[in-house]
Amino acid sequence: MKKMLIFSLMIISAAVYGQKVNFKIKGSDTVLPLTQKEAEIYMKKYPGSSVMVTGGGSGVGISALMTGTTDIAQASRSLKLDEKMKLNDAGKSFKETIIAYDALAVIVNPANKVTKLTREQLEGIFTGKIKNWKEVGGDDMKIVVYSRETSSGSYEFFKEHVLSRKNFASTALLMPATGAVVQSVSQTKGAIGYVGLAYLEKTIKAVEVSYDMGRTYVKPSIETAKSKKYPITRPLYYYYLTSVESKVSPFVKFVLSTEGQQIVLKEGYVPVN
Amino acid sequence: MKRFRRLFEKFIEGILLSSSTITSLTVILIVLFLFREGLGIFNRSPLEHNFIIAVSKQNPVQDLSSDQLKAIFNQDITNWSQVGGKNDSIILFTVNDITNYFTEEELGASLEYLPQKLNEFIVSHPGALMHISDKNLPSDFQGHTIHVKNISVKDFLFGKQWYPTSEPIPSFGIWPMIIGTFLVTLGALLIALPLGLATALFLAEVADIRLRNIVKPLVELLAGIPSVVYGFFGLIVIVPMVQSTFKLDVGETVLAGSLVLGIMALPTIVTIAEDALRTTPRSLKEASLALGATRWQTLRRVTIPYAKSGISAAIILGIGRAIGETMAVLMVTGNASNVPHSFLVPARTLPATIAAELGEAPYGGLHFKALFALGIVLFLFTIMINLTVAYVRNKERK
Repeated sequence: MKKMLIFSLMIISAAVYGQKVNFKIKGSDTVLPLTQKEAEIYMKKYPGSSVMVTGGGSGVGISALMTGTTDIAQASRSLKLDEKMKLNDAGKSFKETIIAYDALAVIVNPANKVTKLTREQLEGIFTGKIKNWKEVGGDDMKIVVYSRETSSGSYEFFKEHVLSRKNFASTALLMPATGAVVQSVSQTKGAIGYVGLAYLEKTIKAVEVSYDMGRTYVKPSIETAKSKKYPITRPLYYYYLTSVESKVSPFVKFVLSTEGQQIVLKEGYVPVN
Repeated sequence: MKRFRRLFEKFIEGILLSSSTITSLTVILIVLFLFREGLGIFNRSPLEHNFIIAVSKQNPVQDLSSDQLKAIFNQDITNWSQVGGKNDSIILFTVNDITNYFTEEELGASLEYLPQKLNEFIVSHPGALMHISDKNLPSDFQGHTIHVKNISVKDFLFGKQWYPTSEPIPSFGIWPMIIGTFLVTLGALLIALPLGLATALFLAEVADIRLRNIVKPLVELLAGIPSVVYGFFGLIVIVPMVQSTFKLDVGETVLAGSLVLGIMALPTIVTIAEDALRTTPRSLKEASLALGATRWQTLRRVTIPYAKSGISAAIILGIGRAIGETMAVLMVTGNASNVPHSFLVPARTLPATIAAELGEAPYGGLHFKALFALGIVLFLFTIMINLTVAYVRNKERK
């Protein structure tokens, strides 16, 4: 009864203020936890608005944007040219907003001597050409490569930015969740893997990475990702059609506000500014 | 009154008939759907719909196998002479790269100059290998398309590489998963069958009633634990255990999967086998004992043979549970897609692959269809197991 009362009050208040905002966000699983948190706080702040957030992957979100089944597509990569072409063909114009950055840290077991690696070494390790830690200055120990599943956005991002689009070694262990990668690396001595900054903890060790053949090495952290010094960083996007802009822009503005960016930081992502 | 009762019976009969019709129709429809989606992967180009591989007109190369294309895009092959062309280095080009060669203004606001620019590109880069959509091709295209071999059933079943999202050429070889599924299931059965049947015998014949009333609900409780929980338990307890016991580099192995699945299949095997053993009529057992047979002889010669069909049902359902399990296996076997040669290396199974990838595979695409084809293979496996057991049982009856 009480619930009914609150519910009807909500409807009435929404009707009175005439701003019952109701929209859907779909896409990348990387952005999902962030958007969920943002939406939760947004809905608390503006009762009567309802934001429905679902995952499914960047590609899924963008194709939902094309078919009109979502209002905002959240993506961990920018639109591909063929996706832009499809939107153009359908005569739809869209807007792109970077809402946060995400950095991937390369992690090893804390017992591992190795503290820094170059991009070329990482490529060799993850494509299976380098098989033993002693080849990169560590102990004589077999390298065990952990990766996320092929469907994950981090997999695609790592493949493009670190492996120069080469395929992962077929011996790589594909884990269903980032938490599982952390768990496995923490209990396997020769392990190497990659996770988002938010997942860094004491049971694993992040290595410093160099993108200039070993001249400078950078440790992954919010600061280095923010200043763009840390190379394995990617922007996270919201895409929406200009036709629904008036409906979704209050939410996008909220995410970009100081309060929204505080949430970004708290969830372990890197704020825009 | 009588008429009313007859009407009532007819009504009940009707309900029963329609229920069974609905059930069988559902099963048939699911199977039809599975086959319709899954068979779509075969005898078609491994390239996504509308996409082509094209090279310059001067380039003599006409055909490339998908393995060659993969090696080229993996940058293992970098010169045309390695695939029967001229001595010229290969320039990889996908439509998303066009912005590296032309500015956005040159392409036009709605990309109307794209076809023309593609032409300019192929003329100025004769060593290019283009992966593009045929919709963007200009009418006077200065290149020719490369013929790529279709996906065959043989490549699918016996291929050793599984890179379903690799662009532009995915590979769909499921041999590692067939072997992986087989080994994990076999291991699970080797663990669960002796243990489960022994427990069932103990509960049915040896344990007193009070003990059985405690142990059996406990075993049944095991069946109620969600498989994800088994998966976590496996990842945190069994995987490190396997790793330290056998001094391995990696703990996520076939053996870890078999152990988790073995534990999961136990309640099914124990419950059904125990029920079957207890259906042996008391009179039969008493007759055997009265003839002077010992308890063990009675068990071996009377009780077990009588309960044989129930026990084989327990085995089938146990296998079914093990072979179709997804979540728990996904978390403990490591999912590396190479062919496992022993119980102590990582492996990938068919159901775990479907579970991990179906959510992200674009609807109706090649990857989506390939996962349905995996479903068909899994379905055929279970049918084969059921038929074998049915055959063995029939033979014994005769």
